[in-house]
Amino acid sequence: MSIPHTLLGLLESGPRHGYNLKRAFDEKFGHDRPLHYGQVYSTMSRLLKNGLVEVDGIEAGAGPERKRYAITEAGVTDVQRWLATPEKPEPYLQSTLYTKVLLALLTHRDASEILDTQRSEHLRMMRILTDRKRKGDLADQLICDHALLHLEADLRWLELTAARLGKLAETVTR
Amino acid sequence: MTPAGSLLVAHDLYKAYGPTNALDGAEFSIHPGEVVAIMGPSGSGKSTLLHCLAGIVTPDSGSILYNGHEMETMNDSQRSALRRSQFGFVFQFGQLVPELTCVENVALPLRLNGTSRKEAERTALAWMERLEVDDLKGKRPGEVSGGQGQRVAVARALVTGPRVLFADEPTGALDSLNGERVMGLLADAARSANTAVVLVTHETRVAAYSDREIVVRDGKSRDMERAV
Amino acid sequence: MSTRPSTAVAPPGVPSKLDAPEDSRHDAPMLRQWSRELAMGVKFAFSGGREGWVRVLLTGVGVGLGVALLLLATAVPNAMQARSDREYARMGPQFGSEPAKSDNTVLVANVDTEFRGSEIRGRELEPEGLRAPLPPGGRKFPAPGEMLVSPALKELLAAEGSALLRERLPDRVTGTIGESGLIGSAELAFYAGGQNLAEYDTGSNVRRFATFQEDQAPSKEMDPVLLLLVLTVFIVLLMPVGVFIAAAVRFGGERRDRRLAALRLVGADGRMTRRIAAGEALSGAVLGLLFGTGFFLIGRQIAGYVQLFGISLFPSYLNPTPPLALLVVVAVPAAAVVVTLLALRGVIIEPLGVVRTARPARRRLWWRLLLPLGGLGLLAPMIGKGTENGHFNEYMVTGGVVLLLVGITALLPWVVEAVVARLNPGPVSWQLAVRRLQLSSGTAARSVNGITVAVAGAIALHMLFAGVQSDYTKSPGQDHSPARLNASVPKNVSLADARRKLAGTRGVRHAVALSDGTIGVSKREPETSMRLTVGDCAALREVAKLPSCREGEAFVLQGRGGSVAPELAESGRRLSIDPTYEGSEEGTKTVWTVPRGIKQVTPRMDPTGWERTGFLITTKALPAAAVSSLSGQIYLTLDPSVPEGHEIVRNAAAQIHPLVNITTYESSQRSNSYDSIQRGLSVGAACVLALIGASLLVAQLEQLRERKKLLSALVAFGTRRRTLCLSVLWQTAIPVALGLALAAALGLTLGAVLLKMADTTVAVGWTNVLTMTGAGAVVVLAVTALSIPPLLKLMRPDGLRTE
Repeated sequence: MSIPHTLLGLLESGPRHGYNLKRAFDEKFGHDRPLHYGQVYSTMSRLLKNGLVEVDGIEAGAGPERKRYAITEAGVTDVQRWLATPEKPEPYLQSTLYTKVLLALLTHRDASEILDTQRSEHLRMMRILTDRKRKGDLADQLICDHALLHLEADLRWLELTAARLGKLAETVTR
Repeated sequence: MTPAGSLLVAHDLYKAYGPTNALDGAEFSIHPGEVVAIMGPSGSGKSTLLHCLAGIVTPDSGSILYNGHEMETMNDSQRSALRRSQFGFVFQFGQLVPELTCVENVALPLRLNGTSRKEAERTALAWMERLEVDDLKGKRPGEVSGGQGQRVAVARALVTGPRVLFADEPTGALDSLNGERVMGLLADAARSANTAVVLVTHETRVAAYSDREIVVRDGKSRDMERAV
Repeated sequence: MSTRPSTAVAPPGVPSKLDAPEDSRHDAPMLRQWSRELAMGVKFAFSGGREGWVRVLLTGVGVGLGVALLLLATAVPNAMQARSDREYARMGPQFGSEPAKSDNTVLVANVDTEFRGSEIRGRELEPEGLRAPLPPGGRKFPAPGEMLVSPALKELLAAEGSALLRERLPDRVTGTIGESGLIGSAELAFYAGGQNLAEYDTGSNVRRFATFQEDQAPSKEMDPVLLLLVLTVFIVLLMPVGVFIAAAVRFGGERRDRRLAALRLVGADGRMTRRIAAGEALSGAVLGLLFGTGFFLIGRQIAGYVQLFGISLFPSYLNPTPPLALLVVVAVPAAAVVVTLLALRGVIIEPLGVVRTARPARRRLWWRLLLPLGGLGLLAPMIGKGTENGHFNEYMVTGGVVLLLVGITALLPWVVEAVVARLNPGPVSWQLAVRRLQLSSGTAARSVNGITVAVAGAIALHMLFAGVQSDYTKSPGQDHSPARLNASVPKNVSLADARRKLAGTRGVRHAVALSDGTIGVSKREPETSMRLTVGDCAALREVAKLPSCREGEAFVLQGRGGSVAPELAESGRRLSIDPTYEGSEEGTKTVWTVPRGIKQVTPRMDPTGWERTGFLITTKALPAAAVSSLSGQIYLTLDPSVPEGHEIVRNAAAQIHPLVNITTYESSQRSNSYDSIQRGLSVGAACVLALIGASLLVAQLEQLRERKKLLSALVAFGTRRRTLCLSVLWQTAIPVALGLALAAALGLTLGAVLLKMADTTVAVGWTNVLTMTGAGAVVVLAVTALSIPPLLKLMRPDGLRTE
């Protein structure tokens, strides 16, 4: 899961304060691992440096947490590119994929497009593995089967998610 | 829209069964020798798409071109003849005639085309060897296992040297090991005979034997290669 | 689908095994368990969604058709009785002396006629007093010029093409004859008002009655050959019905086996499944009884509108005989259970499916041959008993015939198996059919059994009829040219006038008038009497070769072999022309003297095909007083090119006098008993074949439905519809052809044996064999034709859809 992209995506719906950003992240994505404030600030400063966000305003008071961030044009493009790029099919991908889907829904992008793209990538990988399996010896077959079964599980998840996108969108945007 | 060199192309297919739209503007194309998987949730219209492509079902509207011929202008017997000579079929189960022996089952399409019994059964046996079921020739379908039966069915589908093989959930009733064996033999045999395969399946590991994937949802098709 | 039974079955199944050892108080619980299992079967029969309903309906309809036919059979004796009761109630006393004229008598003249081959019963009525009895079905005597008609005749009179009939029966219709006066709904009958009938009250055509009720007919012991026929007819007709019911109970058998397997899976043991199956069959049979009663009641109403082979009935005639009906009600469900249990005998129902005892033992021939041979053995001792007034042992006849026919059902599976195993696959359609038959020849044979039994029985019966008929048929030997009629003229109508009028009728080519009478020594010695034929020379030439003839001459005919009672023909002998022998009570005795030198002449075939005997006298040689003692006949030859010549002649005759009676010589006149038996057989055979056709169709459709998926798959890879239709045809035609061959063989054997028993020459009526086998073949074609539309429907790709 890419925290910078996630935070960027969260900013797409409107400028936010740092603490606000953390709370939104924790609420939507960080169920098991809440972000540290420090993580937010360091990420933000890196994004500032790369020109993907800008400081929209500073609230009166003390402390760095009073800065309000807004996403830049370049930032939007970056989020778009990230969402459109399929993840390399590998184990335990779901959290990233889930983040992507959620983010797409939050930013009113076409989430099914993301799932389909990912699905193609998975199947491409499966084809390669299937091919290798058919040409290889038993050891190859067993190794490939292991990978194939994991990919298949991912693909099933993709399918299930695709089938439930409507419901998910309802709960997320509520 | 029509990719050059396509063997079988369908454009803008609509088909309704009662109030439900089984196909709602579906597209399809396949090249000679290509293996294309049609995937999608149950009830999405993938079997209907296959039936339309094979000329078993006539779509309400849309066009299907096989080798440059408009399918909708053919009458029923012409389409039957086309299926006999150019197409092969494998279904999930229940397709072998229970009274005939395996080799007679495999020889059946040839005999329907008028080949003599002896010759038909000789050719049939050659295909059964390729699918590693030649030892079952004298058995009846009731006496062989599911995987063996499906391989006999694949041999039967390929025995006429079809240009397109339609496979509707060919491994649907098999466990994964047997399913993959059937699928591997099917894909190998089809590729070596330059037979295109239209493969309807809901199993991704079976679909992984294809060259390309099309997903059908709510009667609409989506070509996954072009989507990337 | 096995979830529902699981809760219900598991408890009784498991504990029953556990507490088996200490099971000494098992009687009542076992009974309860049995009834519970039967009830469960009943429940399964009716629950099970649309599929289940269709199956139970099929069984119900099938059994119902059989039951209806059985009930009909039990009603036939009653119907026949009712018909004859009605007939006796209106015919008037036939024996004994006529009552004297009084105010409670009525004169009845028989004025029957025929219109386009249909017989019309006609009576002229003339009440002789206020207390004259009314005939059944009439409320008031029709006045002269009026008539009462039966509803069927009313309809016929009103019909467009019946102008000739209206001309013949011109009286005004003033009412209809009620049901009590008719023996069938389609009977054509009328009562017309008569006038001066007393003038004719000397012949048999006019009679005086004080009542229309004939005393009960003298109960006759049935002729042994007739009894043989009746027994065989009933066996032959009812056996296929039994076979049919057995087949109907098995409808949907494969699906039931699967369901029973599912029950085994949740813990039912083998015996329990059998009882559940029995319960299921029982409910089908009981439903069949209900349906059957319904069909019977409907059929009874329909029977009122149907006329078959000249017989029509009123619905009220068809009342089942109570004991027989009770037998049907008990036997059908019992048979259903027995058949089901027998069918399950070769089947082992395992929890995971149904196993037919691996490869059923090859069918053995010996015990199958034993049945027909046993049948022959029972019949053999009775060969030749038909004459010599011997009587047949009814039980042996029935047993023998039943064994022979059951032998067919036992032999057929063996024959089908043996032949089909040797058939080589030819074209695809043939291969599909042959292979299917090889795999399950028993099913095929079972479905054909009914047809085979029916055809074999019918062949045997027809043979028996054809053989026996010659004995029981008056063979008039008439010239069978269709254009000959015979008009008998009542005594007080001038024969010469009648002849002249008829000769002048359009379409009549030739009319010869001859009078017949008897001549003898005295009234008390009828055995020394001779026949007397009177006519002009031209007419006499029709019956004898006359070298010469003058009016006033008389001749004596050489009898067969010249042996005429010669003593009567002595010249100068005085003989009396006595009308007594012609049937009326009193008459004037006229004396006629045999002329000197009377010529002997050789007879020739008269117009009705007889060679006459006795005296030929020219009209002038006859004493005038004798004329009234003779009955007049006019022999007519018609011009075949005139359409409806018969009807025109009948009209002309009716105009001369209603009592002029026209007879045609077209068909031989069979004995009435034989007629009704043969009619019954034809009606029954038609019903049975239709019934069996229905069962074949149901079985065929069921099989097709079970193969829906396969059919769709075959069509998908391009199988021609024609190929599949042909294979369906072969699949029925092969076993039926074998069945018919066997039926012909055994039918001819049975027929030959029955003829031997009746002591009649054995002759094979190949036309009958062909007709019956042809009828069987027609049934096959009809079944195939009727199963083609559903087959085409099943071949649609819908079957491929996995829902």
